[in-house]
Amino acid sequence: MSRLLPFIGFVLVVALLIFGLRWNRTHDMNWVPSPLIDKPAPEFTLPLLYDSTKTVSRQDLLGQPYLLNVFGSWCVTCQDEHPVLMAHAKKFGVRLIGMDWKDDPDTAKRWLAQFGNPYDTILVDADGKAGIDFGVYGAPETFLVDAQGVVRYKHIGNLTPENIERELKPAIAQLGKVQP
Amino acid sequence: MKRALLVFILLIAGLHAAFAIDPLPFTDRAEEVRFQNLTRQLRCLVCQNQDLADSEADLAKDLRRQVFQMMQAGKTDDEIKQYLVSRYNIFVLYDPPLQAGTWLLWFGPFAFLALGAFIVVRILRKRQDQWGQTRLINANETANHNSGSIESDPIDPEEDW
Amino acid sequence: MLPELGQFALILALLLAFAQCALPIYGAWRGNTALIGLARPAVAGQAVFVALAFGILTWAFLTQDFSVAYVAQNSNLSLPWYYRFPAVWGAHEGSLLLWILILNVWTVAVAAFSRHLPGALMARVLGVLGFISCGFLLFTILTSNPFLRHLPALPDGNDLNPILQDPGLIMHPPMLYTGYVGFSVAFAFAIAALLGGQLDVAWVRWARPWTNVAWAFLTLGITLGSWWAYYVLGWGGWWFWDPVENASFMPWLVGTALIHSQAVTEKRGSFRAWTILLSIFAFSLSLLGTFLVRSGVLTSVHAFASDPRRGIFILVFLGIVVGGSLLLYAVRAPKVAGGKPFALLSRETLLLVNNLMFVCAAAMVLLGTLYPIIGDMLGIGRVSVGPPYFGFVFPLLMLPVVLLIPFGPFFRWASADWSSTWRALRPALVLALVAAVVAKLVFRHAASWHAFIGVAAAFWVGAGIALYALKRWREVPAGRRYTPEMLGMILAHFGLAVFLAGVLITQATSVESDLSFTPNQTQQVGGLDFRFVGVQRVQGPNYLADQGTVEVRSGDRLVTTLHPEKRQYSGQQMQSKSDIDGGVFRDLYVALGEPLGDTAWGVRIYVKPFVRWIWFGGLFMLVGGLTASADRRFRARRSARDEAVPAAATATA
Repeated sequence: MSRLLPFIGFVLVVALLIFGLRWNRTHDMNWVPSPLIDKPAPEFTLPLLYDSTKTVSRQDLLGQPYLLNVFGSWCVTCQDEHPVLMAHAKKFGVRLIGMDWKDDPDTAKRWLAQFGNPYDTILVDADGKAGIDFGVYGAPETFLVDAQGVVRYKHIGNLTPENIERELKPAIAQLGKVQP
Repeated sequence: MKRALLVFILLIAGLHAAFAIDPLPFTDRAEEVRFQNLTRQLRCLVCQNQDLADSEADLAKDLRRQVFQMMQAGKTDDEIKQYLVSRYNIFVLYDPPLQAGTWLLWFGPFAFLALGAFIVVRILRKRQDQWGQTRLINANETANHNSGSIESDPIDPEEDW
Repeated sequence: MLPELGQFALILALLLAFAQCALPIYGAWRGNTALIGLARPAVAGQAVFVALAFGILTWAFLTQDFSVAYVAQNSNLSLPWYYRFPAVWGAHEGSLLLWILILNVWTVAVAAFSRHLPGALMARVLGVLGFISCGFLLFTILTSNPFLRHLPALPDGNDLNPILQDPGLIMHPPMLYTGYVGFSVAFAFAIAALLGGQLDVAWVRWARPWTNVAWAFLTLGITLGSWWAYYVLGWGGWWFWDPVENASFMPWLVGTALIHSQAVTEKRGSFRAWTILLSIFAFSLSLLGTFLVRSGVLTSVHAFASDPRRGIFILVFLGIVVGGSLLLYAVRAPKVAGGKPFALLSRETLLLVNNLMFVCAAAMVLLGTLYPIIGDMLGIGRVSVGPPYFGFVFPLLMLPVVLLIPFGPFFRWASADWSSTWRALRPALVLALVAAVVAKLVFRHAASWHAFIGVAAAFWVGAGIALYALKRWREVPAGRRYTPEMLGMILAHFGLAVFLAGVLITQATSVESDLSFTPNQTQQVGGLDFRFVGVQRVQGPNYLADQGTVEVRSGDRLVTTLHPEKRQYSGQQMQSKSDIDGGVFRDLYVALGEPLGDTAWGVRIYVKPFVRWIWFGGLFMLVGGLTASADRRFRARRSARDEAVPAAATATA
C-alpha cells in the first residue's frame, strides 16, 4: 500500500492540473473578484463632467438602484463597449451613471460627442481616488448598486450583449425581488 | 470579451518590458526602506506578475502614491494592507493571510515534514536495531575466527567515503 | 523547400524514436539480441534527423526566411545576426525543438559511453529515452510545428522580444534544458532497472555520473537565469519565486536529494527503493515544469504564449510517463530494505535527513506554486503566493541542512564518532561565531539581522568543509587524498557557503533608491556620490536609445562612469538597459527611468554588496558536480566485492 502513495499523490496533482486547465477555459486569468459585493458602496463626492461646479455624492444617488460604469477616453476596450452601452442604456431599467476615470474632462467630452453619450449622469474622477475606493483596476468596469447603496454585482471588462443577457439582467431582476 | 480585456491590459502595460522608477519624497532612509519592503509584498493588479514596487502600470503608480501618503499619515503596514485588501481582495497580498482557505498553504509543508520525519525516525530505529545485532554477531565472530567485520575494517579511502 | 524538409526530418525522427523505444524494450524482454542491437543505430538515426531539423530552423533564422511563421514572429530584418541564434529558441516552438535536440545529445552520449554495460539494460535505458523523445516529437509535430509556412512571405518580421536580446539568453535556455533533460537519464536507468527486475545497486553506479552532470548543468542554467533576471529585467533582484523559476527549482531540489541518496545506495546499498523514487520524481518535476510553463495554467512573468491544446497534450503525456512509472514502482520496487546496517550516528542518517529536507522544500515550492489553483478549487477567490511566503518557509526548511552539512563528510559510513567529529569541527564553530561578531560591527548600518546570520552560516559551512579537506591532507598519503568525487563534494559544499554569504549579506546591506536627478546634480547613495551628467540620444543596431551618464565618486576619486539606457526597439518595444559596475565585493547598478518634468530624469540606483557571490556559489556547485562525475570509479567495471551484500544486512523492511 505504501508503495502506491507516490502514485496517489501524483493522481491528486494531475486532478488539480486538470481542474486548473478547465477553470482557465471559463475564467479570465486577470479577473480578481471584488470584495465589495454585498457591501455598501464606498463614499464619494465627485464633480459632474458637464458642470464641474456641481458635485454628486453617494448619498445623492440613494433611493434608486443604478449602474456605475467606469470608463475613460484613453481606454481602448471602452470604445469596444461603447456601442453596446448606447444600445442597451435605456433598456436596463436603472440609471446608468458614468465615471470618467483618470481622464482629461475635455478629451472625454470630445470623445462622448463623437461616439454618443449613453449616460444619465457622468462623474469625473480625475485623480483616480474614487476608482481605487471602488477597487477598479482595468477599465471598463461596471458596478450594480441597489437603492440602499449596496454593491450587488460587478463586471470587469467590456459589457457585451451576451453577458448583459446572462449576468447583468438577472442581477437587475434580482434587485427588484429583494426590494420592498 | 476576455481577449479584449487582455488586449487592453497589454496596451496599457505589457509593452514595457521595463520597471518603474518612481522617485518619492521620503523623509528619511528608514521610511524609504519601509516603503520598498511593503510595496514588494503587494501584487500589482494590472501586470499581475509584478509587485507594486516594480510595476510600471499607471494604477500601480497611483497605488504607490496612496501607500506613500498613508505612510506619511502615520498608518501602519497592516492598516495599509487592510486598506488595499478591502478594495482589491487578498489577491494583492503576496503572502496570503492565515484563514480557512490557506491553512493548507501555511501548514501543509510542515505537516509533510512531520510525516516525513515520522517515517525517517521509524527507518532509523529499525536500522539502529539491526546495527546492534550485527555488532553483536561481529563481536562473536571476531572472538571466534578473528574474521574481518565492518567495524574492524581498515578504512579504505575509496570505501570510507 | 527547406522548411518542408525540416518537417519531414522531424517525422522521420519520430518514426526512429518509436523504433528506438519499442524494439529494444521488446527485445530485452524476449532476450532477442537482434532487436536489442537495434537500439544504438536508432539512436544515431534519430539524432541525425533532429539535428537536421534544428539546423534547418537555424538556417531559416539566419537567412531571414519570413515565409516561416515562427521566424516571422520572432525576428525581423534589423535583428543582428548574433541574436538570430538565440531567436531560434526564443519562443515556444523553437525551444521545444531545442529540448528534443538536447535529449538526443544526452541519448547519444549514453549510447556512446556505456558500451561496457549489459546489453539488455542498455536496450531498456535507450528505449525509455526513445519513449520520451517520441512524446515530445509528437507534441511538436501535432501542436507546435516550427516549420509552419506563412504564405505569402511577410516583407519583415515582428521582433524578438527585446528582453531576450541579450547574451544571457544565448546560454541560459540551453544550459537549463541540458539540466532538465539530463534527469531523463537517471530516470531511464531507474525504469530500466524496474523493468528488468535488476534492483541491485549496479544501475545506481552507472547512473550517478549522468545525474551529477545533469545536476551541474541545471545549477548552471538556474544561475545564468538568475544572473540574466538581475541585469536584464532591471529589478535588481536575483530570484522572484515566479512560477517559471519554481518550475526549474523543484527538479533542482529533488535532484540534489537524488545525488545524495544515489551516493548512499551505490556505496552502502541502502535506500534502494527511495533512490528509484527520487529518480522518477526529479524527471517528473522537469516534465511538470514544462507543463506549467507551456500550458498557461498559471500566470507568470515569462511564460510562453499558451494554448490549451498544448496543455492537454503535455498533461496526458505527463500522466502516461509519470503515472506509468509510479505504478511500475508500486509493483516492482524492492520490498526489502537492503544494504549494510548503520547506526543512528552515521553518514547515512545525515543523508537521510538531507533527503527529507530537500524533498520537503520541493513539496513546499510545488504547493506554493500550485496554490492559486487550489484557491480557485476551494472557492476562496484568487490568492497570490509570492516571495514573502517562499522567503519565509524555505529558509526554515533549509536551516537544518545548513546546520548539519559540515558534519556530513566527517561522519563515517555506518557509525560515526561524535567526540572526534565535534573536536574537528569546533574551530569552524568558533570561527563562525567570531566572524558573526565582526560582521555585526562591519555591517552595523545593515537594516536587518540577515548579514549577521549569513556570515555565520557561510563560515560554518565553508570552514567546516575546509577543515575536512585539511584532515584528508594530513591523514591520507599523497595521491589518495582526494578522489574526484570527494573533491567535487568539497567544491559544491564550499559553493553553498559562498552562496549563503552572497544571499544574506546582499539582502541585509543593499541600498536601493529611486531618485530624481537634474543634469549635473549629485546625490549620495550608500556612501557614494552619484553625479548625473545628462542624457543623450544614441543609435544601436536595431534600437534608438536615451543614454544617461552617471559618474560615481568616492570622495574625490572617480569610481566609475555608468551609461544606463532606455531603448526603443524597431518593433516599437521599450526596454531599459541598466549599467552595472560589477565587483567581487559590491555592484553599482544604475537604471534610467522616465523624464520627470523639463530636465529631470528618474534614476534608480542600487549598491549591492556581495551580490555576485550568489552566482559564484552556483559556479562552484557547477564545477563540483562536473568534477564528481569525472571519478574513474564510475567508469571502471564493477568489482566483485560490490555485488556481495552481507547477508546480515538483508532484513525485512
